[in-house]
Amino acid sequence: MTNQARPWTDQRVEEWIGDLLRAGVTLAAAVVLFGLCVHLARHGQVAPEYHVFRGEPLDLRTLSGIMREVLAFRGRGLIQLGLILLIATPVARVAFSVVAFAMQRDRLYVVVTLLVLAVLSYSLAGGRP
Amino acid sequence: MNIIEFTALVCACSILAGFVGSLTGLGGGIIITPVLTLVLGVDIRYAIGASLVSVIATSSGAAAAYVREGFSNIRIGMFLEIATTFGALAGALLAARVSTGSISIIFGLALLYSAYVSSRSRRGRGDERRPNPLATRLKMNGSYPTPAGPKGYCPHAVPAGFSMMFGAGVLSGLLGIGSGALKVIAMDQIMGLPFKVSTTTSNFMIGVTAAASAGVYLSRGYIDPGLAAPVMLGVVAGSIAGARLLAEAKTKWLRLVFGVVIAVMAFEMIYHGVTGRL
Repeated sequence: MTNQARPWTDQRVEEWIGDLLRAGVTLAAAVVLFGLCVHLARHGQVAPEYHVFRGEPLDLRTLSGIMREVLAFRGRGLIQLGLILLIATPVARVAFSVVAFAMQRDRLYVVVTLLVLAVLSYSLAGGRP
Repeated sequence: MNIIEFTALVCACSILAGFVGSLTGLGGGIIITPVLTLVLGVDIRYAIGASLVSVIATSSGAAAAYVREGFSNIRIGMFLEIATTFGALAGALLAARVSTGSISIIFGLALLYSAYVSSRSRRGRGDERRPNPLATRLKMNGSYPTPAGPKGYCPHAVPAGFSMMFGAGVLSGLLGIGSGALKVIAMDQIMGLPFKVSTTTSNFMIGVTAAASAGVYLSRGYIDPGLAAPVMLGVVAGSIAGARLLAEAKTKWLRLVFGVVIAVMAFEMIYHGVTGRL
């Protein structure tokens, strides 16, 4: 059981997961930073109103609404897209782990990981039955 | 104060929160929520939304640095994530039904208890401990790097640790935090894992736990882009700096920071829960 015979060793899988997480956070941060610059350039002189809770408009709550905001090149929509990329990063990590455990023929952990992925998918769909 | 100045202030606080959060395994969320609400006067619901985002960023940013060090245990993390994700989903759905005042009191008490537990001297957790049959079947035994070479460990009390993780998940979903304190206690105190393995595996799990409640929060409109952006960017920067320091940090010093930070936050949570300001 050398590295050559079994390329999907725990150590290498962990390194790939590390790369995946770093790439996801970097991409998300870049999009958020860009969106924040657009937002501040347009609305930077306005007084903030975060002491009153109004809830976000519907366009910033759903993926389709956020995509509309992004296409209209609005800063808040771009930030929200970056945040969705950020939320997707651990989900991608779990999805990658399913593949990694399958390559290791570790059936027990394939089932464990699929269970975690199912809960995540349900929540991302809004958590409604 | 206009939005540019406010954003700069939020970003500075977030860098500090990310640094401390990653160094202690707590996650930046537990520090940024009180700062946003108490110091900057942000509504608790916006603070929770931004905090949840910062939690995912802390975990992913720091975990990327940790996995190469070889401290975290992917199998232990993934198995316990079943409990934390179910808990987080339950907590996020529950958050709308329970008053934040009473939640914060319960949470403060839980934090105080965890500060007490972690400050106690630990039981002799000898390396001669025999492998636990359940943990062995779940392939949880592992090793971690020390200056004297790799050192093995065998977790025990898996069902108790699993139950504690469900509770940690519920609190994470309720309050938009990573629940790193409870995760570390479940692994370090209950399952008897080495402290650095516990903190890094906890950091690794936090992102997945938070992602399980983030979908619910996003669709409820708690995640404001103008606030979440500086929080997320600041926390990523701070957490990467914290992760760089962890490999050299002494475990004893780490435990002291860990204890002080959670005790201070516990008193704040209880005080503001009682006075109804949250």
